[in-house]
Amino acid sequence: MIQRTGAQTIVELLERQGVTIVPGIPGGANLPLYDALSRSKRIRHVLARHEQGAGFMAQGMARATGETSVCFATSGPGATNLITAIADAKLDSIPIVAITGQVPGSLIGSDAFQEVDTYGMSIPVTKHNFLVRSARELLRVIPDAFRIAASGRPGPVLIDVPKDVQTEVIEFESWPEPGRADPSPAVDALDVARAADMINESQRPVLYIGGGAVCSGAGEAIRRLAEKACIPTTMTLMGLGAIPVDHPLSLRMLGMHAARYTNMALEDCDLLIAAGVRFDDRATGKVAEFCPTAKVIHVDIDPSELDKIKSAHLGIEGDAREAVEALLPQVHKSGRTKWMDHVGRLKAAYPLVAAASGGPLSPHRLVRTISELLKRDACVATDVGQHQMWVAQVYPFNRPRQLLTSGGLGTMGFGLPAAIGAALAHPGDPVVCFTGDGSLLMNIQELATAAEEASNVKVVLMNNNSLGLVHQQQNLFYGNRIFGSDYVCHVDFLKVAEGFGVPAFDMGQPDSQHSALEQALSLDGPCLIHAPIDVGTQVLPMVPPGAANRDMIGGENGHTHHSVPQHAATVPA
Amino acid sequence: MNAIQKNRCQCATLELTVHNHPGVMSHVCGMFSRRAFNVEGILCMPANGGDRSSIWLKVRANGRLEQMIKQLTKLEDVVEVCRHDADHEVFLRLEDFFRV
Repeated sequence: MIQRTGAQTIVELLERQGVTIVPGIPGGANLPLYDALSRSKRIRHVLARHEQGAGFMAQGMARATGETSVCFATSGPGATNLITAIADAKLDSIPIVAITGQVPGSLIGSDAFQEVDTYGMSIPVTKHNFLVRSARELLRVIPDAFRIAASGRPGPVLIDVPKDVQTEVIEFESWPEPGRADPSPAVDALDVARAADMINESQRPVLYIGGGAVCSGAGEAIRRLAEKACIPTTMTLMGLGAIPVDHPLSLRMLGMHAARYTNMALEDCDLLIAAGVRFDDRATGKVAEFCPTAKVIHVDIDPSELDKIKSAHLGIEGDAREAVEALLPQVHKSGRTKWMDHVGRLKAAYPLVAAASGGPLSPHRLVRTISELLKRDACVATDVGQHQMWVAQVYPFNRPRQLLTSGGLGTMGFGLPAAIGAALAHPGDPVVCFTGDGSLLMNIQELATAAEEASNVKVVLMNNNSLGLVHQQQNLFYGNRIFGSDYVCHVDFLKVAEGFGVPAFDMGQPDSQHSALEQALSLDGPCLIHAPIDVGTQVLPMVPPGAANRDMIGGENGHTHHSVPQHAATVPA
Repeated sequence: MNAIQKNRCQCATLELTVHNHPGVMSHVCGMFSRRAFNVEGILCMPANGGDRSSIWLKVRANGRLEQMIKQLTKLEDVVEVCRHDADHEVFLRLEDFFRV
């Protein structure tokens, strides 16, 4: 007979799941759990400075490895602070298991100290959630939570555990099997054959690849499909790196901040092969005018994504990798010379133009320079805003899971704790966190965690003393009425970093920029690289929110623009 | 239900078999409000000796019905979703209780 408290049961079940690191913060309602965790020899606790930080660290680990990660928080404010990180995981389909303390069962519903309806509050932002009512239930709930988080389309699962359940002693015969992902449903062979026919008949196909392809490990199969049939491939923000973004067939990122040629090629395609994507408005623009002449094949593991936003001519429920691998032998080898020539002309005539910079540093050049100083496979986290889009536009992502970014929820404050999580999962390898001053200030307390853990995180702060993307939209769409988006108080981030015990380097001195960068990146442990940029530098091109992707503002290449015939007239048959 | 009533409410009746525990109704209702689906009527009773419940929903049979059924099917606690026509008797018999 095995005899354990509920708290010990949780910790041992986590060990049996293979969990080795748990970020979190203790508090009144999860102290029994922390007491049990303190005796674990296999799980290391990482003390975050805010529960949202703990949630994003778990996400960083999960995004970097693909494995389900865990975080802890106490009841009440601990749980509410975690909610943003959980919602973020939901929108980007990231497998995490959040375990929160709750007031004792006898006090639930009495408005007890630090009581909040964590179960009710987390329903809309989790894939599934549990309120555990007895310690015995943990033997079913914990493996189930891991199974649900990792199965099909992954997502966050929350387990709320009242304090009396943590202290309750139970006896049981044996441990349950660890929870593992259910096998994905088999891809329908007839659907695959139809898809292959559509691809073989298509004159101007484009592959449209998203986070689902990264998650399923479909990158390699997609690259082979693209190469075999000469299919230009565009990626969503979440899909960047699925195939190398500087692959000759890559069209890089599509949508609101795509290069002009990318959106133009999509406008001209006659077949859109969408895999692991959800037709997000930032990618499609006005959806009725997205790929107007194309038939659509849509592959997704989540059947509710098929026909949700755009009706597919062929919807295939299944794992992206399995589907693409099944397609490969049935798709004919093809040169598609006309289409390749057309896309080549678009690329030459409408390339991504470096962001015009009036300040000391060009953001695009900074991103490029840093990528050249790092290994090709180095992990890159971003926060949310202009810097995120500049990184998405020009960083040469080379592999899936290289970019960790908050795509769906767009959470400022994501970057630093996610980067710490990635560094915890892959100790030793440097992780770069591109951030902005607005984003960094939203979770800057985690610099203390980075210092404490000696995380090899290089924070590259593009500082324009403003909420840059808001500033840009006010400039472009609100008559340049800048309001609430510029910071009057200019934070001295060098001193702030120093206060956290994190070395800081200033790139504000033009003559020593490169050496400062090299020095910072070669250092072991965390550091902050402060890069002042001009508030007037915009992310271009830009599709206005709600407009069709063909209506791009800015980012034009004036020199070659006029030498090319109107692209619509030159679309090959 | 006669033809005129049918035209007035283009409805469908959904029969859900769900795990019976506190919170299942929140999951189902939460999904409806979160995705802005309308529910015209709802009934819930334990079934199968208490380990399952049946939830009956009267919903609008518009273009979003398929998506609604897919989202319901996705809920972890929903075991089965069965679609019936709007004139299923489960709601008809209740009309007497809803007269003001």
